[in-house]
Amino acid sequence: MGDIWEGLEAAFWLIVTLDPELVQISLRSLQVSITAVAIAALIGVPFGAWLAISRFRRRRATIAVLNALMGLPPVVVGLFVYLLLSRSGPFGVLGLLYTPTAMIIAQVIIATPLIASISHQAIRDLWADYHDLLISLNTTKRQRMRALVWDGRRSLLTATLAGFGRAIGEVGAIMIVGGNIENATRVLTTSIALETSKGNFALALGLGFVLIAIAIAINLGIHAISGTEREGRW
Amino acid sequence: MSILPVNLSNVTVEKRGKRIIGPVSMELPGGGLTIVLGPNGAGKTTLLRTMHGIERISGGDVRWQVSRREAELHQSFVFQTPIIMRRSVLDNIAYPLHLRGHPRKASRQQAEDWAQRIGLGDALERPATVLSGGERQKLALARALIIKPDIVFLDEPTANLDGSAMRDIEQLVQDAHESGMTIVLATHNLGQARRLGKEVIYIQDGVIQERSSAKAFFAGPEDAGAAAFINGDIV
Repeated sequence: MGDIWEGLEAAFWLIVTLDPELVQISLRSLQVSITAVAIAALIGVPFGAWLAISRFRRRRATIAVLNALMGLPPVVVGLFVYLLLSRSGPFGVLGLLYTPTAMIIAQVIIATPLIASISHQAIRDLWADYHDLLISLNTTKRQRMRALVWDGRRSLLTATLAGFGRAIGEVGAIMIVGGNIENATRVLTTSIALETSKGNFALALGLGFVLIAIAIAINLGIHAISGTEREGRW
Repeated sequence: MSILPVNLSNVTVEKRGKRIIGPVSMELPGGGLTIVLGPNGAGKTTLLRTMHGIERISGGDVRWQVSRREAELHQSFVFQTPIIMRRSVLDNIAYPLHLRGHPRKASRQQAEDWAQRIGLGDALERPATVLSGGERQKLALARALIIKPDIVFLDEPTANLDGSAMRDIEQLVQDAHESGMTIVLATHNLGQARRLGKEVIYIQDGVIQERSSAKAFFAGPEDAGAAAFINGDIV
């Protein structure tokens, strides 16, 4: 219990004093995760929508694989990206290992299946409602996807926020491909892991509280901007 | 050039090995107000969906005066349960114009005119999903009529609506017909068929049993099933 209070106190002072290192780490966390989730949403949402309205051989198998990929172990993703970006790997020449870009790549791989799968489920339900109307109006596949994505945007926002939650709280993959290098690739989660290994539980907890606060603030902010849960919107 | 008449020759629709309609052969000329009458499960909805092209036919042929692609652009369908998009009243009504690439401002102006006409002028920016059943169906009808189609298919548009909403919908249908649109309306409401119909197609067990002017039909149908139906017998 004492550690938790100390953690809360540490978090309070870190925030109140705008600790420069905390600010730098937090901004890097946000930069990496927001970039990764934006890319993952650009891939995952259209793919989920396309999957919902398309009929092709092995569709069910594709959906099953996509759902299974939601549970991709981050450490395995990290290892995979590490092997691709390491000096002897196929993309080693790009020199991306131990950079924020490598961390973004890993987080895109982790977040995309989650966003695509939740998007697919949301769009599939909407497609069931709209099917006859959109067929009757002779819409093209592109027009159907646009209508479904636009009208389902609140559900898709939830999908994207789920992706953000997974990305910002992820540690295994970015530790491997980012290396937790001070002033370069250190983010909140890797800092927490480092402080815990050093026995600085209060500081680790403090950073943890900051991480949770950021995640909640981002979610609240986006819900406020998008007007979800407003009267008459459901 | 009108897309009508439409010709159905030996059309059949089967689902899971069961014949839903057919064989149906008929010609539907332009300018009429045709009531498709019949008991529940007779095949009224399937016949309308088949003509509109949203039902996969198992046999036969549906031919319009123009190409299928051209014909698809000049017809509308109003479903029994209105399909309301998760957007404002105005955006719902304007959607078909938006699909056709009409300028946004002109589309919204036309949609606003239609919203006024159906009594939703004060609810333009309201989410359409919160409308009442009658308002939803009027919105669906406005959305179908805004493109000024050659033919409108209405599948039991007043089922489950009260008298006031039914009267409004019937007036809109009458107005659309008087403006030159061909109307095909499926119903099992005899009162509505009498009020609106110029011609009646009576369908039972997926087969057209009788087709005649509304006057002749209600004076005394030739088909025994049709006679029993308008007498209120269980058929």
